[in-house]
Amino acid sequence: MDIIVCVKQTYDLQQVRILKETRQPVFENVPLTLGSIDKNALEEAVRIREKAGGKVTAVSVGPETLEDTIKEALAMGADEAVLVTAPKLDSNESALSATLLAKAIGQIGPFDLILLGEGSTDNYSGQVGPRLAELLDLPQVAFTKSFHIEGRTLRAVRSLEDCLEDVEVDLPALVTVVSEINEPRIPAVTQILKAGRKPKKVFRPEDLGIQIGEFGFQLETISNLAPVQNRKGILFKEGAKDTPALVKALEEEGLLRR
Amino acid sequence: MPSILVFSEQDRCAFELLHKAGELGKKTGLDVAAAALGGSQGEEYARRGCTRVYASSHELLQPFDAFVYAQALSQIAATVQAKIFLIGSTRSGKDLAGRLSQMLGAGCLTDCQSLEYEQEGLVATRNAFGGATVAAQKLRPSLQIYALLPYLCEPAAPGEAKGEVIQVSLNLKPSRVRKIKKTPKELGAVDIEGAEVLVCVGKGLAKKEDIKIAEELASVLSGFVACTKPLATDLKWLPESRIIGLSGKKGKPKMAVCAGISGQVQFAVGIRDAKTIVAVNTDPNAYIFQMADYGLIGDLYQILPQLTAALKKLQNAK
Repeated sequence: MDIIVCVKQTYDLQQVRILKETRQPVFENVPLTLGSIDKNALEEAVRIREKAGGKVTAVSVGPETLEDTIKEALAMGADEAVLVTAPKLDSNESALSATLLAKAIGQIGPFDLILLGEGSTDNYSGQVGPRLAELLDLPQVAFTKSFHIEGRTLRAVRSLEDCLEDVEVDLPALVTVVSEINEPRIPAVTQILKAGRKPKKVFRPEDLGIQIGEFGFQLETISNLAPVQNRKGILFKEGAKDTPALVKALEEEGLLRR
Repeated sequence: MPSILVFSEQDRCAFELLHKAGELGKKTGLDVAAAALGGSQGEEYARRGCTRVYASSHELLQPFDAFVYAQALSQIAATVQAKIFLIGSTRSGKDLAGRLSQMLGAGCLTDCQSLEYEQEGLVATRNAFGGATVAAQKLRPSLQIYALLPYLCEPAAPGEAKGEVIQVSLNLKPSRVRKIKKTPKELGAVDIEGAEVLVCVGKGLAKKEDIKIAEELASVLSGFVACTKPLATDLKWLPESRIIGLSGKKGKPKMAVCAGISGQVQFAVGIRDAKTIVAVNTDPNAYIFQMADYGLIGDLYQILPQLTAALKKLQNAK
């Protein structure tokens, strides 16, 4: 089973602070990592390879820092990595990312399955999976909670808002997973050390016939700030003794009337 | 005539989008059209502010499939000269939006929290950096797809004026994904997004049985219990439909009581549209206090039952 897993580099969002004065996010000294749902997709791929054999290839698009960040995927068990890098490559441009991923996948050769997270941890747009499926003319199975493969048939349970949907598809196919699918492993030190020695191919967009300037950007970001919090900020510090005061305040605001 | 084309596989959500499309239609001068596909009643759409409804009950349109629906909407888009698509940002809607955007070469924004016409075009807001920030963004391509979150506005009410319902003939390829069956997620799923009061619990709760403390408070407030993601996905104390946050639901209650929740951004994005936030936490430094209107430093095991008792007393006195 040859599986391609598309992953995306993001800031470790747990460590992003917000400047109170300007409401701007601060990325100084914030480490880069791979998207958390991407890791679920990767984990699933590695588990399949451990049982059924084959190869797991991590594919990613982003700025040059990706060459280092991708080691995380190799440490988690990907056999090799294929990257498309360019300075300041904005991986939130879904159409561009999907196009570059499709071109990179074209360099890999035959595969059985493409896995992605249902959305990235930072932008959570969820477009790249379906866009990539369209570009590669693959059937798409999104929001997958569990799946297994028998022969050339993939059977999946999709998690929708109000129901679970059981579906079947013949390989090759593109599947996006939800975080409930598994618990990604934390790689052992030996795996981390080995990761640096695993094969890694790095392309420039031009190598794949894409001029980023000509491709164009679809998005214009006008502002990107932490939302204004107009909260009263009244704090009762005396624990249970203050419950009546809290009730009184809520009553006065009319929040307790039915 | 250049149009705004509205579609959601959920009728209620489609009616909300029709409301929004009506507003934007006036400002942009675009006509408003809708697609009523599969089992949707075109007549119901026609009474809600669109001039034309494109309806089809093609056999491949049931059940919903992103690939088939993307083909159907591409074909309808060509007929109505769609410039702007409004789609419901449900899971099925997002599944569709990406495929359709690629099929049509359109720009797309999903999970939009707002969409307004400003001098030079449409501006959408959506969460960025995992919800730490809200980005205001514009799309550059001439064909634009916006997937708007459900409950963004009131559904359009049926009116006097009635649009034309047109049965379209579609040329559809079947999906390669075979739908086997659907199982409802759980009985008693509740409408977290539409709830007026939410009592939200997090890891400050020690065991599953203790959810009843929150349920009792929710019950006197005529609200529902919601939770942070780990409580549902890791601990499985509550169904997934109760998750509030970035990958869960976004509540807009009049009041949210957040108990035993630290207030990490992944949760906070789902509750920050609440009109009033009340926080109970033992940790005075918990971030939730920074986003609360009323905070009480204390143990939820003490405070919630006290609140429940006090509210019962108040209600009985009335």
